[in-house]
Amino acid sequence: MKNSISQIKKALIEKKISVGELYDEYLAKAKSGNNNSFNLVIDKENNISSINDSQNRYDNGNPLPLDGIPLGIKDLFCTKGIRTTASSKILSNFIPNYESFVTQQLLNDGSIFIGKNNCDEFAMGSSNETSYFGPVINPWKNKNSQKDNLVPGGSSGGSAAAVAEGSCVASMGTDTGGSIRQPASLCGIVGLKPTFGSCSRWGIVAFASSLDQAGPLTNCVEDAAYILNSINKHDFNDSTSSNHQREDYLIDINNSFEKKIKIGIPSDYLEDVSDEILNQIDNTKKALSKHGIEFVDVEFKTTEYALSTYYILAPAEASSNLARYDGVRYGVREDGESLDDIYLNSRTKGFGDEVTRRILIGAYVLSAGYYDAYYRQAQKVRRLIKNDFQRILNEVDFILTPTTPNEAFKIGDKLDPISMYKNDIYTVPTSLAGLPGISIPSGLSKNGLPLGVQFIGNYFEEKTLLQLAALAEKELSFNE
Amino acid sequence: MSNNWEMVIGLEVHAQLKTSSKLFSSSPNQFGSEPNENVNFIDSGMPGMLPVMNFGCIEMAIKTGYALNFKINKHSVFERKNYFYPDLPQGYQISQFEFPILSEGYINIDSGDNQKKIRIERAHLEQDAGKSIHDIDPKYSFIDLNRVGTPLLEIVSYPDLSSADEVINYMSSLRQLLMYIDVCDGNMQEGSLRADVNLSVRKKGQELGTRCEIKNLNSFKFIKQAIEYEFQRQINIIDCGGEIEQNTMLFDTSTGETRAMRSKEFSHDYRYFPDPDLLPVNLSQEQIDKIKPLVGELPQDKLNKYLNIYCLDKDIAKIIIAEKQNANLFEKMISESTVKPKFIAAWLVGDIFAFIKENNLEVISLNDKTKDITDLLRLISDDVISNKAGKEILPKVLNGEGKPSDLVKELGLEQVSDSGELEKIIDETLVGEEENILKFQGGSDRVLGYFVGKCLKATKGKGNPKLINKILLERLKK
Repeated sequence: MKNSISQIKKALIEKKISVGELYDEYLAKAKSGNNNSFNLVIDKENNISSINDSQNRYDNGNPLPLDGIPLGIKDLFCTKGIRTTASSKILSNFIPNYESFVTQQLLNDGSIFIGKNNCDEFAMGSSNETSYFGPVINPWKNKNSQKDNLVPGGSSGGSAAAVAEGSCVASMGTDTGGSIRQPASLCGIVGLKPTFGSCSRWGIVAFASSLDQAGPLTNCVEDAAYILNSINKHDFNDSTSSNHQREDYLIDINNSFEKKIKIGIPSDYLEDVSDEILNQIDNTKKALSKHGIEFVDVEFKTTEYALSTYYILAPAEASSNLARYDGVRYGVREDGESLDDIYLNSRTKGFGDEVTRRILIGAYVLSAGYYDAYYRQAQKVRRLIKNDFQRILNEVDFILTPTTPNEAFKIGDKLDPISMYKNDIYTVPTSLAGLPGISIPSGLSKNGLPLGVQFIGNYFEEKTLLQLAALAEKELSFNE
Repeated sequence: MSNNWEMVIGLEVHAQLKTSSKLFSSSPNQFGSEPNENVNFIDSGMPGMLPVMNFGCIEMAIKTGYALNFKINKHSVFERKNYFYPDLPQGYQISQFEFPILSEGYINIDSGDNQKKIRIERAHLEQDAGKSIHDIDPKYSFIDLNRVGTPLLEIVSYPDLSSADEVINYMSSLRQLLMYIDVCDGNMQEGSLRADVNLSVRKKGQELGTRCEIKNLNSFKFIKQAIEYEFQRQINIIDCGGEIEQNTMLFDTSTGETRAMRSKEFSHDYRYFPDPDLLPVNLSQEQIDKIKPLVGELPQDKLNKYLNIYCLDKDIAKIIIAEKQNANLFEKMISESTVKPKFIAAWLVGDIFAFIKENNLEVISLNDKTKDITDLLRLISDDVISNKAGKEILPKVLNGEGKPSDLVKELGLEQVSDSGELEKIIDETLVGEEENILKFQGGSDRVLGYFVGKCLKATKGKGNPKLINKILLERLKK
């Protein structure tokens, strides 16, 4: 078992380890790691004042909530003075002069960043194979085919792999259609996508603004609550940031529920699913039933439209969000004879295939004559999907689904984009609805690879969602 | 023959709002700073930066809604207008498209001796772009992002205008209203108010022709020139058997000609869609109502007041109302003194405005001199000094050289209104004028003027002319 944040804090408080030694330990793993989970690792001397400050607070007996905890940060969060690339060539030389809201909260709470995690280029991908810095390798191996390198999932593949390989205690990811939950599932860790509007998007390189949400990838549910406590704050600078009252997500996390809990299992999600995946749901159901939790079958009416809706809306927003990368003010510029040539060359050479594909799709669905048929129609369907979730969450407290339709696959295995997109079939609907979802490890496949289940809660109900996930975690936890 | 032709014109006017910060960022909204001085991470389109709406712009839009008789929409949406240009760092302009904040307004303008109602289709909020400067270096263009994100209200009229003069009247009425409600400084030279002119021609009574849009005109003179040139250009094409292409035109201020910038074929597909970084603007009735008192008195209200309560002549009233600062100065003087408004108005549009113009001053610079001015006017209207003496003293008062009463004494300009003294002078003047007296009594009125002049000369100009006139008549009729 890897150490949890509370265990590490205890060791730091009891002076069994110093903040500097802790950093050394994780840094050594991060540097020796050959899974390519970091685009950039921060040497100790560049973090020395943070390390010393943190140690002082422990010595003075007033440590901050995340004091001294080494974190990995997806290379999509702008970090002041630290190169931020979105794993794209076009930003490969970009050093922001500002700190994202979310990472600023983590710094304010004493955590120390060990490096920037590799990810899919501009968070577009489900396998971390679209990164300009090369694919990330899943630390897990198929026991029946040890030599194969597997994908960690994506787009927060580096963040997931880094936690799984033990080169950081926890990491930050972003989730647009499953980019936290899917890699967490494929790497056997916990991944939480909070409700849209919980954590500020300010300073996160935008992919699809109406869907992007920051969240933690952690070894355990309690760690996710630690991180969420830090990052879940209203931010005036993000107009879509909710100003609802935030709760302490740690305080009741290990308590049992006071009221009777009902969980819905969407039958339509399980129609074409392998037995192995079905078993994950059954095991979870059995384990929680012991605690008096009731399970009922529910049925969505909109599931079949979710992926196509997502692959219209997300690229539409992306095509506009990525227009600013033109090589004019920052980033990599390719010269050209004319202004148009500079744009063309910088963007053609600066973006990879998947990003280019989505920009083209996005520009197409927004263009005159196609807008109504695609973009406007997709917005209407999105509304129906939200209503569908709302209808079901009026009947049940939570929804239980698989996180992914399969275990981690081989790097290079899924070449056609559609089959790759299908990997997000269980996570995308939640994203479209803006609801919170958490993936926790539920068991191992026949090949000895981790599989996960997803719990979905109502808007801003992260507190009970984490409580439920913590309960399930106790019953389901597997040893490596 | 252009006699059979008429022009049909619609205007898109861009008014820069007078806010202290930009539409979606906290950078200062001001003209004349060093290049790229008023630019923050949002304006320069850095990764991960998000717009935050400046509610002051919404309030100004609502004010405009009241002033231009608009329907103020409770629900409006900011959308992205996507295109690439180096002075547009985000790669899109945030604007309102499908759901503007204001729709279906109108204003009345002067058209000949009549009023004409010009309907306004909509007005929406949007960001301005930066400036590209192409004439500093032969090889490179320079970009100044100061203007990026400046709040604009785009006011789109229906094609209700049918001459250059109407367009000028419409623009100046808009400018006057926007300045009255304090949402725009109206400075056309600095680009605070610019117009795109959509013009087509047709034979009277026929269907609308194909229109061309002349972009970015920032003076009344250029607007007039551009319209006249474009009108003739289109007629010439049609007269020669050609067809008008729907083009976007630029007006060349040095030649006074319009030329095509891009044709419809090459027009952008802006791929508008609601900006997912911003929530729709949803206003409550209370929020809208709260703004109404801030609109204040509009020019038409003032005109009615000036005509009916202050009894001014229409032409004089209009001159004063033309600029809010004039009206403010006038009303300040009225409130501070008991001199008749009509008397004040005459002096204001006459000698006082002339002084301002000659000395290149701002009207506002006289705001702290109103008491002295009205004191002077009091002296004139009470016949303490003559009109002529008043004109002599006025520049000194406006220059702050002293109190009117002191200046009168200093310069010895006090008028002689003592009838005893005047009678004596008049009697002396009439000595030896028997011949002229007889002429007068024989019916020659012109002689009266001669006697008044002679008496005034004898008083060294200080005699009260009215009184002199009265006494002279009495004497002469004897």
